[in-house]
Amino acid sequence: MALNIDWLKLFRGERRTSAQLAKDRLMVAVAIQRAELAGKSQVPPYLQKMREEIVTVVRKYVQVPDEAVQFSLQRDRGLEVLELNITLPEHAA
Amino acid sequence: MAKIVVVTSGKGGVGKTTTAASFATGLAARGHKTAVVDFDVGLRNLDLIMGVERRVVFDFVNVIHGEATLKQALIKDKQFENLSILAASQTRDKDALTAAGVERVLDELAAEFEYVVCDSPAGIERGAHLAMYFADEALVVTNPEVSSVRDSDRVLGLLASKTRRAERGDGKVREHLVLTRYNPARVAKGEMLSVDDVKEILAIPLLGVIPESQAVLTCSNAGVPVIREENADAGLAYQDLVARFLGEERPHRFLDQKKGLFSKLFGG
Repeated sequence: MALNIDWLKLFRGERRTSAQLAKDRLMVAVAIQRAELAGKSQVPPYLQKMREEIVTVVRKYVQVPDEAVQFSLQRDRGLEVLELNITLPEHAA
Repeated sequence: MAKIVVVTSGKGGVGKTTTAASFATGLAARGHKTAVVDFDVGLRNLDLIMGVERRVVFDFVNVIHGEATLKQALIKDKQFENLSILAASQTRDKDALTAAGVERVLDELAAEFEYVVCDSPAGIERGAHLAMYFADEALVVTNPEVSSVRDSDRVLGLLASKTRRAERGDGKVREHLVLTRYNPARVAKGEMLSVDDVKEILAIPLLGVIPESQAVLTCSNAGVPVIREENADAGLAYQDLVARFLGEERPHRFLDQKKGLFSKLFGG
């Protein structure tokens, strides 16, 4: 029985065409590419709300314009860095 | 409301400019006022494929910089008076295209034309990004070959995320697969990815299959879009493609190898 299956596999392997090989390789390559890109572009939906709340808290103490607040999220091999950069005015109110 | 259609692919040399030239010519031939714009700044080629290279006075970048009006820069096709070509600049300045400038020119074109066809450069850098950014629809040109298919998949990812429609949540850019340089004889022998294989991997609707054809080279030699070559399969396949784009039902005629064609091509 096992011998039969092996023969069958061997038989299939021999018959696998160049186009099938291309398709099999592409399916894997494309799946990996999509997964990588999905990981990169994924921005948690709460991020914008969190940003607004942080700015509200800051503004309780210091008046900062919108463009003085920079917010970025970086991912690198499983490590996430959330960077919040607020430029305070020279003459804080 | 004008439709902006980008012809894109990621990979170079797959037939973007050939497709953009024939697609725009086909739309015009069917009575639609069409402009075709070359976004390949530094490496312009659409003018050659359209046969207007000696009539380029001003280009896309001149219009963006206000050195010429759009009217001055648009080249009217000699065959179809409702078809105009906007050539790319040969400048080496990579930043010659600005998002605001491109938007202004496309808005101006959209006010006057029914279809604006954007011929994207290869790659995924600035020129390619701006060519697709304002698009409503996309022709994704792909060869039945592994690197081309993977690059097309990459471009589909960008169409879904890095376009104005995606950013504004205006609905998706409508995607169409254009499979070029298709060789049914090699597909039959298992040597080439089939149209079904490529459709399965990219998972977008098929607009047209353009068979590999000697006419593509002879037409580009002469500066005539291959769609005007009625004796060639590739020309007829482009005519079908344009008809389908405009909503007509047309069967795909060139997926199987015709009897006699093989011997015509290879039999001396």
